Order: sequence, then C-alpha cells, then structure tokens
Amino acid sequence: MAAGQLESGATASDRRRKLMDKFMTGVAYFFTFIAIAVLVWVIAYVIIRGISVWSPAFFTENTALFGDGGGIYNAMYGTFVIVLMAIAIGVPMGIMAGIYLAEFGDNRLGDFVRFIADTMAGIPSIAVGLFMYGLLILIMGWNAFAGACALAILMLPVVARTTEGIIRLVPGEIREASLALGLPQWKTMLRVVLPTAAAGIITGAFLAVARAAGETAPLIFTILGSNFFNSNPMEGAMAAVSLYVYQASSSPYQAVQEAGWGAALVLLLFVLGLNFIARAIAFTQKQN
Amino acid sequence: MERNKTKEQTSKEKATPKKQESQTGQRQAEAPMEHTAQSMEVNGLNAYYGGFKAITDIGMKIAPNKVTALIGPSGCGKSTFIRTLNRMHEVARGGRVEGEVLLDGEDIYGKNVDPVQVRRKIGMVFQKPNPFPTMTIYDNVVAGLKLQKRHKKGELDDIVEGSLRQSALWDEVKNKLNDSGMSLSGGQQQRLCIARTLAVEPEVILLDEPASALDPMSTMKIEDAMLELKKRYTIVIVTHNMQQASRASDYTGFFFIEDMGEPGQLWEFAETEKIFTRPERKETEDYVTGRFG
Ligand SMILES: Nc1ncnc2c1ncn2[C@@H]1O[C@H](COP(=O)(O)OP(=O)(O)OP(=O)(O)O)[C@@H](O)[C@H]1O
Ligand SMILES: [Mg+2]
Repeated sequence: MAAGQLESGATASDRRRKLMDKFMTGVAYFFTFIAIAVLVWVIAYVIIRGISVWSPAFFTENTALFGDGGGIYNAMYGTFVIVLMAIAIGVPMGIMAGIYLAEFGDNRLGDFVRFIADTMAGIPSIAVGLFMYGLLILIMGWNAFAGACALAILMLPVVARTTEGIIRLVPGEIREASLALGLPQWKTMLRVVLPTAAAGIITGAFLAVARAAGETAPLIFTILGSNFFNSNPMEGAMAAVSLYVYQASSSPYQAVQEAGWGAALVLLLFVLGLNFIARAIAFTQKQN
Repeated sequence: MERNKTKEQTSKEKATPKKQESQTGQRQAEAPMEHTAQSMEVNGLNAYYGGFKAITDIGMKIAPNKVTALIGPSGCGKSTFIRTLNRMHEVARGGRVEGEVLLDGEDIYGKNVDPVQVRRKIGMVFQKPNPFPTMTIYDNVVAGLKLQKRHKKGELDDIVEGSLRQSALWDEVKNKLNDSGMSLSGGQQQRLCIARTLAVEPEVILLDEPASALDPMSTMKIEDAMLELKKRYTIVIVTHNMQQASRASDYTGFFFIEDMGEPGQLWEFAETEKIFTRPERKETEDYVTGRFG
C-alpha cells in the first residue's frame, strides 16, 4: 500500500521537480568545470612558457633586466630568506594570538582583537608595504627585513584566526578530562590541547606562508629588487622571485620577459609545494 | 577544632599503608591496598548556570570507602551536582556555586583553596570516554602524574601496571601499551580513563554515567572494578541503570525536579537497600520501580 502510494506519485509536478533537479545539477557541474579548467589552464600555460627557459644557468646566475636576461639565483635566495624571516616573526605571534583568542578571548578585549585581526586580513598588501616603507625604509634604507615584516603582518591575522578556530574544535571533553586530573589550565593547553590541534595549526600556518610567499606588492617598497646577490637581509636592496616576475614582465627585452616566465614557474611550484605539504599534514592527521 | 582533629586522624591512617607500599616496593601492582579514604559532606549547595539555578539546597554525607549512587530523571541536575564536588562546575560557562562542600572537614570552596589541588584529590570519569587522542595508552595513564614531579621510569611502569590492573584493563592492553589510546574499544577507553584517574591517587572518584555508552560486558567489568576500588577510594556514581545502582552501591540519592524550569533537589537519600525496598517518598518509589523517568 505504502509502496504503491509512492510509485503512483509521478504527477506532473513531480516530473517538473525531477527535471529541475537535473538542470540545477548540470549547472553546478558546468561552473565547477569552468573553475577547474581556468586553474588548469593557468598552470599549464605557466609551465609551457616557463619550462623552456629553465637551464642550469638559470638557477645559478643572478637576475638581469636587460639584454638576454639572466638567472634567478639571487631572487630565489631573497625569497627564501624573506619568507623564512617572515615565518619566524609572523607564525609564532599568530599562534600565540590564536591561543589567546581561543582560551581567554571570550570577552570585550577578545572581540576587539578579533575585529582588528579580521580588518588586518582585509588590508590591501600594498598598503602594508607602504606602511613598512614609512616605518623602516625611510630610516634604514632598502632592506629585506622590512619586506619580511610586511609579509609577517599579512600572515599574522590568518594564522591567528585559523589557530583560534582549530583550538576551538578540540573537544571540550578532552580539556575537561585534563582539568579533572588536576592539571592547571596552562598545562592543559600545552600538553593536551595544543598537541591535539597541532596538525591543523601547522596546516593553517603553511597556507598563510604560501599565500605570503607569492606576494609582490609589499616587497616593491621594501626590498626594491636588485640584480646583485645581497646576502645581508638587514641592509641593501634584495631580489625576490615574485618581484622579479613583476619587473621582468615590464621589461622591453624579449629574453627578460621569457626569464620572467621561468621565474613565475618556480614561484608557482614553490607555492603549490607549500600547499601540498599543508594538505598532506592535514590528511595524515585525519588518518590517525 | 573538630575539623582539625579528623584531619590529623585520617592523615595518620593514610600514612600507614603508604609505608607498607614502599617496603614491598611493588606499589599497587597487585589488588588495591585497603586504605581509609576521605569522606565528603555537602551543605546547602546551590549551583547556577548564569542566571539559571540548576540545583538547590543539596545536603548529603558521602561515606568513605562506600559507593554512593545518584539516580533521577534526565535533567534533574545529577551531572551538575557531581561536578560541583570537584569544582568542575565552574569550568562551564557561567558556572557558579553557593554553599559548602567539605572534603574531610575542609571546604573545597574555601577562600584560599586551589581548584587544581581539589581535582587532584577528587578525580572524575566522564560519561563519554575521553582518552587524550595524541597519547599512547601508557602516556594516557601517566598524563596526570608525569608533569607534577619527576618520577623514575621504573616507578612509572609500576604505576601504569597498578592503575590498569585496578581498572581491570591490564590483561587486554599489556602488550600494546605504546598504541594510541584511541585504538581501544569504547569500553576499554572508559577503563583507560578510570586508570588515568586512579594513577594520580585521588581520595574520591566521581563517575558520571561511566557505563551509559557501553555494552553489558563492559558495564559488568566496570562494576566489578568499582567493588574492588571502594576498598581504597570513596566513590560517587551517577547512573540511569537501576540494577547497577542497587547492585553496586551502598547509598543512593534520588534527585528530582518538581516542575520544568525549577531547580533539581535531592529528593531522598538513604542506604541503597532502603531506597529500593521501602522508599519514604512516592516519587522515589515510582522512579525505582520504573513507573516513570
Ligand atoms: N552547560 C550548561 N549550561 C546551561 N545549562 C545547563 C548546562 N548543563 C546543564 N544545564 C541545565 O541544568 C539542568 C541540569 O542538567 P544536568 O546535566 O545536571 O542533568 P542530569 O541530571 O545530569 O541529566 P541527564 O540524566 O540527562 O544527564 C538542566 O536543565 C540542563 O538544561
Ligand atoms: Mg548527566
């Protein structure tokens, strides 16, 4: 009886509903396909344009913005040093801020910090670069440290808010179990909550770093760019891969523009690599 | 005056078995030692969640080395009450307490009392097994200890074995102490949580429906463990299982809530046998005979 009722329900309105169902599913598939196609296209295009300029010399010579181009040795060094410094400054601060927000931030001050962090996350990166220019460059002259600070400022709110979110995901029961054993709140945090949240926090940090590593705007007003190898992050202009891509693209020399594609490919792989590591960490955590 | 006296007495009593332990050098490795645990007393206790009063005017004497069961319909404040006994209530949002709770005569809500110290003396096992997910079985057991003072490795091994034996889990896990605590079954996880609580050597153990998520076999094992444990500890257990209450407890408290939105009360408190055979109040009788609840 009941089954009969269900079967005989194929009225006109039911058919219309089913058709609509199919249509909407189709639309969703279509746009998903477009989004993925664009992404694949971008990646494929960069690979095709970039791979042709790769050669051993490309990775061992310094940049040149004229003539037949050069390598990106100094730019890779610059990116490496700047990103490393930015991590050293931004990630610990961001994690601390996230811990504060999750553990002690259920009050006015916490809301205020959250508001500031969310606002900070929306500030255009070039404005952060200009800020560092006013704060450090006018006093110290061009230097990579200021660039690293600018990237750290961009990472900070992202790391803080993801850390907060992940810590809040740690089940209350686990926290309670620890408190009920007579462990004080800070030990509970350090020994129980943080290890449980560690993988998520690291994943979040990697994503923020990957985001910052590709940034160009904040570097324009801080490290300036250079065609020489400069090992000292505290003094003098420095090259970075992202900045070089930007500068090479506006060069009148065909060969330099080509070298820019080669550098873009390096940057793309670097950022994709960071993303991949982040996902891998999240994935292995889920397996456990 | 009187309080101090009781305290001294118990601390003397406590000292004796401890000495024996160190002589045999095999701390707890066998069945739990006999030990006079501490008693508790609750007077005029109210507990709130923000503006909501969850329980009102609770008074109860919790006898040492006995199992005290708390029963009653859902939402009448059993969990709230048991959490006030080791100051876990104040961990909840808006959690606030009035009245006094004495552990061996000393008010755990006294002005200079550190809740962390209270919780070391009054351990708690929760309804849902909650082992620390990032730790091995071994590390779970010593989680509450390791951090307090330095223990030698051999000493820790003894504590782990002793605690796991007391919670009737040793034989099942002795060959995989380094596996994750999460690799165990629900019932095993719960016994691991009990072992973890025992390892810090509390005086009182609070269990909030420890078997409600478990199969009958695991429930039996926990009950058996409890009968052993009361030789050494004072036990308070919340349960929905009438058989469990009547079988395993010495005293029973029936919590009841008269009307929706009213705070829960301790409706009747007496020896378990009396509550189950000749309760004084009608609601108690209705509840234990399964006529409502
Ligand atoms: N964290 C909380 N915040 C606000 N109200 C709460 C909180 N926990 C419990 N309550 C309320 O307090 C009252 C008593 O709840 P409690 O959990 O103590 O009942 P219980 O007797 O343990 O019930 P059960 O048998 O279902 O576990 C209920 O009305 C409940 O809604
Ligand atoms: Mg409850």
